[in-house]
Amino acid sequence: MKKVYINSVCSISSQKTFDNSEFLDDIITYESNVIPVVNPNYKDYIAPAESRRMAKGVKMGVVASKIALNEANLDTVDAIITGTGMGCLRDSEKFLSALIDNDEQFLTPTSFIQSTHNTVGGQIALNLQCKSYNFTYVHSSISFESTVLDAKLMLENNEAQTILIGGVDEIGEYTITLHQLINHIKTEKIRTLEILHSKTKGAVFSEGANFFVLSNEKQASSYAEIVAIDTYNTLGNSKISDLAKAFLKDNNLDVESVDILILGNNGDVTYDGFYNELSSELFKSTQQVYYKHLCGEFMTASSFGVWLASKILKTQKLPEIVKLNNFKNSDYKTILLYNQYRGENHSFTLLRKC
Amino acid sequence: MSKGVAITGMGIISAIGNNVEENYMSLTESKIGISKISKIKTNHKDSIMVGEIAFTNKELEQQLNLSPNNNYSRTAFLGLVAAKEAVKNAGISNINNYKTGLISATSVGGMDKTEAYYYDYLEDKSTQKYIEGHHAGDSTQKIADQLGIEQSLVTTISTACSSAANAIMLGARLIKSGQLDRAIVGGADCLSKFTINGFKSLMILSDTYNSPFDENRKGLNLGEAAAFLVLESDKVVQAKNKPVLAYVKGYGNANDAHHQTASSENGEGATLAMQQALKVAKLSPSDISYINAHGTATGNNDLSEGRAILRVFENQIPDFSSTKAYTGHTLAAAGAIEAVYSILALQNNVIYPNLNFKTQMKEFSLTPQLKLKEKELQTVMSNSFGFGGNCSTLIFSKKQ
Repeated sequence: MKKVYINSVCSISSQKTFDNSEFLDDIITYESNVIPVVNPNYKDYIAPAESRRMAKGVKMGVVASKIALNEANLDTVDAIITGTGMGCLRDSEKFLSALIDNDEQFLTPTSFIQSTHNTVGGQIALNLQCKSYNFTYVHSSISFESTVLDAKLMLENNEAQTILIGGVDEIGEYTITLHQLINHIKTEKIRTLEILHSKTKGAVFSEGANFFVLSNEKQASSYAEIVAIDTYNTLGNSKISDLAKAFLKDNNLDVESVDILILGNNGDVTYDGFYNELSSELFKSTQQVYYKHLCGEFMTASSFGVWLASKILKTQKLPEIVKLNNFKNSDYKTILLYNQYRGENHSFTLLRKC
Repeated sequence: MSKGVAITGMGIISAIGNNVEENYMSLTESKIGISKISKIKTNHKDSIMVGEIAFTNKELEQQLNLSPNNNYSRTAFLGLVAAKEAVKNAGISNINNYKTGLISATSVGGMDKTEAYYYDYLEDKSTQKYIEGHHAGDSTQKIADQLGIEQSLVTTISTACSSAANAIMLGARLIKSGQLDRAIVGGADCLSKFTINGFKSLMILSDTYNSPFDENRKGLNLGEAAAFLVLESDKVVQAKNKPVLAYVKGYGNANDAHHQTASSENGEGATLAMQQALKVAKLSPSDISYINAHGTATGNNDLSEGRAILRVFENQIPDFSSTKAYTGHTLAAAGAIEAVYSILALQNNVIYPNLNFKTQMKEFSLTPQLKLKEKELQTVMSNSFGFGGNCSTLIFSKKQ
């Protein structure tokens, strides 16, 4: 079986991350419960006429994919696999409210067409004239992990050599209102750097696009090797620590061999217990890192975690702002990521320096 | 990577039947499921025809023994009916005995509830339970839960009208690679005002019975359905000495890269998908006994698909037909319900008629199979194409 490498990255997030020459040099703090992304200059990448038709998520996805392809020095890829937990929310809301408000009359198809979950994947293919494999995963907080799993399967068996993967989700205003009603989003505004101390229900929501070129050929610019990924719909009767131990064992590793544990804590008092169990018990002596105080929560926010891990492994720098404790300040080789959303769809991802 | 992918169970609910047996009866008796819409209040009720499932949500809830407090969308109800039948058909008693994953597909997800309560959510607390059921992964998560699948790979694919074919493809690949011993794969989509109005605004809905591959076709009828297959590895089949219904022999996915919704004139993506599936199956075009075409009866699809079939099969076109005239176009579920129909064709050695066809299209001389035909079948090809240029082909075979 071939190994799988992350050969390039691009993150469009609530921090200034789209420029790959920087690495969380200037941190933006927000005081809100819904935070926006820092936009790259989309016009540098998309013609204005085209850009006008595109909703935010499509724009973010298309531009993130272009930056990632540029960095990998590629014009096209052997497959495009995207993940989106909520899909093209803005166009869905637009079409649905027009439908209801106008009693099914005077509807134009544009927003319906763009509301389809695979719009981003389709648009990237159209842009690149890429006629190969094109999948879109839409399974809540493992939408992005499913793209990794699929790409890894293909690359390990040499069915493809380069694959573009990415996670993208956009803020839909009405959906935000609805998710506040049911306390999935915090009702109070909060200083984002303090989310872990909020002691309230729900998360600070956001949007973003994190794209990567994966390959089974390492190149000088490669960031990391993706060693393993596992997703779990539920924990069944097990504790998350048991699954973590089993996952490490499957990969011939023990807790001590993990240099950094990256956790997806989002400050939701009801569900952060899963993370706290790992950080206070099994991995209590491991260097711990968190990131949702920087990028917010969205269904593909864990792709920001993979971006962070990739940058740490390549630069061997660990920004202060992401540290949960202080155990290790150099020689980062193995990173374990754990994420879940509302107690379901857990995932472990294992990256290694290459 | 040379392992076989056996199909050991299947389940389905569609406008032409509530289980596999009823669907097969309808297919062989030319009994169509297209009618005026009755369960959704829409202004378009007199100008469209749909493939609607007879059961109300209340009836489905009772059949499934769900608490009235549930927050199931109709997509989830339908998906669960089909998935349960598939698991029962495969004779599975303890689902976690083998490493079992669930891969489902949907395009509508919980949109039926969202559109029903969109503004009520703000006022009426009792409706708010449906808010978290909107996203596409919700029905899959519920099906996994009801089947007792735990700690497992459970995911959802949404590539518009090719979604379920892609779910079957991923399941087959996961079994071939040894990552799963068993994969429950398929898809579900219910009718919704959202899709009705979407397709209406694209002006591709027929006001009468759809007629695939006919010169005077007027567009598609939307339908609702769900279907699931149980795929198992050689290891499970041998250990349990299981009867095998058929095998997933080949699969291909390609992108047309032509337009967000329309298919290319020359059927580029469809051609590539069919060729890729033949390559994976290690078969030549002449080995295909029957094609269950995508055949939606839109002007664009049938022309593009017809041209692609001609490109792949040249002057040796196998018998082909579209079953959309029976069920309507069931969007993300289509690939799964047509997989069930393809397997039934193999098991019973029959080819279903392409109903409502009268006049050959002027662009080429392709006539689909018009009468129920009995013939020894070895392999069936099934096509599914969707928005975003997504083109998928599956090949099912009698022998491994």
